[in-house]
Amino acid sequence: MQSEEMRLDGNAAGGILRDVFTHEMTAALASCGGCGTVGPIGALLEYGQPMGIVLRCPTCDTPVLRIVRTPGLLRLDFSGIRLLTIPERL
Amino acid sequence: MSSDIRAIPEAAAPARLEWRVAKVVDVRDETPRARTLVLDVPQWPGHRAGQHVDVRLVAEDGYQAQRSYSIASPPEDRTVALTVERLDDGEVSPYLVGELRRGDGLEIRGPIGGYFVWDVAVGGPLLLVAGGSGIVPLMAMLRRHALADASARAAVPVRLLYSARTPDDVIYHAELEQLADPPLVEVVFTFTRNAPPTWTGYRRRIDRAILESVSWPPSAAPHAYVCGPTVLVESVATLLVELGHAASRVRTERFGPTG
Amino acid sequence: MAQQPFIARGFRARSSRMAEAPRLPPGQYETNDFPVLSAGPTPRTSLSTWDFTIRDADGRSARWSWNEFQTLPRDTPVVDIHCVTKWSKFGTKWEGVSVDTLLAAAASQDVGSGPFVVAICDGGYTTNLPLTDVTGGKAWVAFGYDGAALPPEHGGPARLLVPHLYFWKSAKWVRGLQLMLTDSPGFWEQLGYHDRGDPWREQRYQGDP
Repeated sequence: MQSEEMRLDGNAAGGILRDVFTHEMTAALASCGGCGTVGPIGALLEYGQPMGIVLRCPTCDTPVLRIVRTPGLLRLDFSGIRLLTIPERL
Repeated sequence: MSSDIRAIPEAAAPARLEWRVAKVVDVRDETPRARTLVLDVPQWPGHRAGQHVDVRLVAEDGYQAQRSYSIASPPEDRTVALTVERLDDGEVSPYLVGELRRGDGLEIRGPIGGYFVWDVAVGGPLLLVAGGSGIVPLMAMLRRHALADASARAAVPVRLLYSARTPDDVIYHAELEQLADPPLVEVVFTFTRNAPPTWTGYRRRIDRAILESVSWPPSAAPHAYVCGPTVLVESVATLLVELGHAASRVRTERFGPTG
Repeated sequence: MAQQPFIARGFRARSSRMAEAPRLPPGQYETNDFPVLSAGPTPRTSLSTWDFTIRDADGRSARWSWNEFQTLPRDTPVVDIHCVTKWSKFGTKWEGVSVDTLLAAAASQDVGSGPFVVAICDGGYTTNLPLTDVTGGKAWVAFGYDGAALPPEHGGPARLLVPHLYFWKSAKWVRGLQLMLTDSPGFWEQLGYHDRGDPWREQRYQGDP
């Protein structure tokens, strides 16, 4: 089975993102560091499970957000996000 | 369906999601492969239609598995209903559909989600496209719509397009027939594997022609929610954009590969 | 204070753990499947554009086109593989060119060496390894699996194969090896996975001894 049939989206990262941020993050807007496309985190394409979460831009495939949980540590790489806009009231 | 009606909670969500042990108060078989679990969740903050919960199972030897399941119940319900479809080679779904029973505890956290959600305030028209178990979060939206006050309900026409293998695989079939109320609420099925000879409706995977026929035109600017297997969701979302709908009006939730 | 976890009545793992079996590294279970795990979409590289490059820290390189690669001596290793997500698969059959062969050919073209390598792949994936873990008959660039061409979802046209380490080191869609003077964490290592990844010592994460 190809990875494209198995991929999820940013909705599936909603739980782990709540562990890091105090806001609901799937509605947050991320601007892609690769191509500049702006879209909700919920619309990013998710790969990498179960080793970790890799959220990629649906336009250019750049990894926008990467998260790995190891015993006792949560690491995030959001170097692929140029700007994050988080609605504080849904 | 609902035991008590509760007030719609305010939009703010608690800062940190805690794992809570919910109690299974009812189980209901929907189809041969799908079952609804009705949960009493302590200190449940309420939820919005379209949100999901994470479920965590820990075995006696410490082995852990975690999955996400969409909430089927509307925000008005005091209990939280999850509908789970059994995947044959699954690790968690066979337990939830086959083993878990009334009185058991189930560890969950939620509600989760802020993108794939619909409230009456979002408005309409509302286009819901479901593949298989993708119907679950859309059912929460449909149930929310049904419970809205008459003027709010009348302001939002709804069309549900539901792709299932056969009529026996349709989850909530009887309730969907009840909720159908054309022209305000229309329910359209397509069966991809088998349907009785008397079925005069669609008998194929959702394609451009079906979407064009079922959906409103882009000029009506419908809010579209597409949920189900990844391949179906991506195909439908692409087709809707090709038909002229704004990408920002098409919201998607992928469930991964089909069972 | 640690909370007692809630034990789900009647739940158990689908596969029984056999950590005592000598062929199974600690914490692993045997599978007959071959699960697909990818950090991104499947690259589609045509054989006419595919090449493989070994490059040193000064930029000197040796390069093979697909046709040139196919003329190199090949092995057919049969190996057990171990994924950090805990599944192990025994007796997998591969076909490929030994990394020793490639490094020797590169050296004969004056490409220098280094104590570390980084595997460079289509789609941007990278993984780092000590040079000693890809030499001495321990690693291949594999283009055949189970008697047929390596399928794209498992890394075809070619992937790195380093079966004595956790399988994320066997980088899919590999296009070259960069020889390094210092260790440079790759895609998963940057996020906390181990720089070496020996399953027999359970080197899953950074900091594991």
